[in-house]
Amino acid sequence: MLAWARTLRANGVLGLNERNAQIIQRFNARKLYPLVDDKLKTKRLALEAGISVPKLYGVMESHHDVRSWAEIAGQHTDFVIKPAHGTGGDGILVVAGRSSRRQRLYQLIDGNVISEAGIRHHVSNIISGQYSFVGTRDCAMIEYRVETDPFFAAVTFQGVPDVRVLVYQGYPVMAMVRLPTRRSGGKANLHQGAVGAGIDLASGQTLSGVLGNDIVTEHPDTGEPIAGLDIPMWEQFLSLAARCYELTGLGYLGVDIVLDQEYGPLILELNARPGLNIQIANKVGLMNRFTVVDNWKAAYEPDEKVALVREAFSQ
Amino acid sequence: MKHWLAPSHNDMEDRAYRVVLIAALLIVAGGAIFFFKWQVLGFPAQPDAETQVWTVEVTVSFDAGPGPIKASLYIPGLTPGFAILEENYLSRGFGYTPAYVSGGRQVRWTRRRARGVQTLYYRIVIYKDPALIESDTTPPFPEQPSMSEPLRTAMELLIEDVGDKSADPGSFTVELLKRLSQPRRDQNVEILVGVDPTAAQIARTATDLLAAARIPARTIRGIYLQEQQRRARIVPWLEIHDGTRWLYFDPLTGKEGLPDNFLQWWTGDDPLFDIDGGTDVDIRFSVKSDFTSPVELAQRRSDERNSLVAKFSLFSLPIQTQAVYSVLLLIPLGALVVVLLRNVIGVQTFGTFMPVLIALAFRETQLLWGALWFVLLVSLGLMFRFYLERLRLLLVPRLSAVLIIVVILMLIMSIISHQLGFESGLSVALFPMVILAMTIERMSVVWEERGSHEAIQQGLGSLFVAAVCYGVMDLDTAKHLLFIFPELLLLVLAATLLVGRYTGYRLMELYRFRELRKGTD
Repeated sequence: MLAWARTLRANGVLGLNERNAQIIQRFNARKLYPLVDDKLKTKRLALEAGISVPKLYGVMESHHDVRSWAEIAGQHTDFVIKPAHGTGGDGILVVAGRSSRRQRLYQLIDGNVISEAGIRHHVSNIISGQYSFVGTRDCAMIEYRVETDPFFAAVTFQGVPDVRVLVYQGYPVMAMVRLPTRRSGGKANLHQGAVGAGIDLASGQTLSGVLGNDIVTEHPDTGEPIAGLDIPMWEQFLSLAARCYELTGLGYLGVDIVLDQEYGPLILELNARPGLNIQIANKVGLMNRFTVVDNWKAAYEPDEKVALVREAFSQ
Repeated sequence: MKHWLAPSHNDMEDRAYRVVLIAALLIVAGGAIFFFKWQVLGFPAQPDAETQVWTVEVTVSFDAGPGPIKASLYIPGLTPGFAILEENYLSRGFGYTPAYVSGGRQVRWTRRRARGVQTLYYRIVIYKDPALIESDTTPPFPEQPSMSEPLRTAMELLIEDVGDKSADPGSFTVELLKRLSQPRRDQNVEILVGVDPTAAQIARTATDLLAAARIPARTIRGIYLQEQQRRARIVPWLEIHDGTRWLYFDPLTGKEGLPDNFLQWWTGDDPLFDIDGGTDVDIRFSVKSDFTSPVELAQRRSDERNSLVAKFSLFSLPIQTQAVYSVLLLIPLGALVVVLLRNVIGVQTFGTFMPVLIALAFRETQLLWGALWFVLLVSLGLMFRFYLERLRLLLVPRLSAVLIIVVILMLIMSIISHQLGFESGLSVALFPMVILAMTIERMSVVWEERGSHEAIQQGLGSLFVAAVCYGVMDLDTAKHLLFIFPELLLLVLAATLLVGRYTGYRLMELYRFRELRKGTD
């Protein structure tokens, strides 16, 4: 058992305790958390800095707003409802369209149909704080539903795949793409059964995938190989991620980016406590990369950081 | 750029150092108080050890004369091997004063006048304390006894003879007592003690003879403590000083060493009881043995010392408050178990301290039943919760509805199990219902958002942690130690702080990252 721990240590694998005590507590000042924990704030910050994010259609902040649902969401047929303070993709409702015959029925991404009353209930749950991890009042955001780039169609079961880039001190040190599966219910969350695949930082090419804590080579639902895909506009992914550090000041940051058919890479959300599965997907420990970055000077521009990283961490 | 946000590495090491320092201070402080109470005040570190105590009662009855009454009774003062727990004097109408006199300690009873038979009581409760030894100073050399002939010659001959056959005061005494106990063999001895001497006579003569040989000696009187005695006998014992310490001899056999159930009462040849103004004296010793909790002993002892420890003790609180604390003191221990299971092992639970509260409920229900009731309550609650979801209620009313349903379920379970004759169902009422309602709510959210797999896994994780907490909190030793030595909480705190700085892998991570163990990249 000790030998196992020693091997992990030698491979530079970051554990939860170490992440919490040495990395998060050290590099993520608590006062910066609201910037990422509140997705509305993040979105406004990003817009100010000219970073591309999905368009915001409206915000519902009170139960009163819920009654005027039709006015806020009236003109859109497909959209996403999410809690501003949600964690791990909880409470996100993806509406793909309205029923053609009955205006008050909505089509969900997973094929289910939900009534307007159902949506209102969901929104009022969000506002009451059911999905907020502090349990306090929250607000519901209604925003543009990302149209996934066809590039990912072969390795996605419903839903929207996203790319998680782990940014350490402004350097994108590791990345993976998260592919929704039938088990994850169309959600790009590894905890819920999505497949994660590591990405070579230099080329943007995918490596083998991980499902749960196991290595997989093919998508469980489509059967297509996961490795060897060249992610388009990879440079933009990295540069977006690097700029998020400037945005928030968080030294250990998870940046979730989706690839939209029309708008290209968009920042979906930021995470101040990104998980450690990215190490399994890349089969590389984070600590080694942190050490390399620690030895670099900090005063580079985001694009210079990206260039440095792509040179140092090619696989 | 924004690097100023990050503390330097030195800071981190400094912090680790500080935590270790604080933990060390806590351990030293808690450990020192614990050690003092355990070793010096004698608080027991084991739960159900019992200490034997003896109650010796002296009953003196006499016929009161017409005049004022002055009575004195020797009472234990120096009691090697025993410590006095409490003593009382019971005597209606008499004034009493205990005082130290040459033969030890005496209580003096006085009364202006009385009629008829009077009874005086003296009661003492004692327990064994091997730490208590004769703390007398070295006595001066005794004066030569003045004796007339033919005793004087007999004495000198005997001393010379015994002196030839012995090496030191100890062996001299042994030899002397051997001679004195068999007076028929030696005419010199017969002259000194008579044909058939009593133990007291032998002891008295031996004291004189030893004085002549310049060995300080005295007679001590006491009783043998046995389980139950209605009339204990006063037994004389010979005590000599060999220059460094006191030695004890049985005057009849010459055997050295005080038996450990011998309670010394007084020294010298004075009578036990002396009275002016009374006749027909009857003195009776009775002995009773009892067992008492060592905690009580230690408590009384620290009360006597008037130590700070006694004042800041749980025992100074009212009984009901003590009972509350006997449970509350276990919670930190449960919290430490949670810390270990979560941060060192890596078990996932609903709510940080929910398992501790469930474990507290298990104390009443027993583990197996408790786990069964817990699973039953949570699953039924979940079923109702899933149905409530369809009714589309607002969050707070829905939470309240779950809480009410939990209470109703508990009530129904208690009633049904009582009807079926399972009394354990009654203790369901002790489950923390608010915590259960929150757990059900949280579990249903996880169930819907993350799938049944994760919800059940976390539910079982919580149950497992609760079971381990219960196992630890239910240990008799743990209960006992924390109640008697609450300062051990400082040690629990120290351990928690140290785990707080543990940055190694969690046990579950060794499995989780198994793919990363293969080779070095």
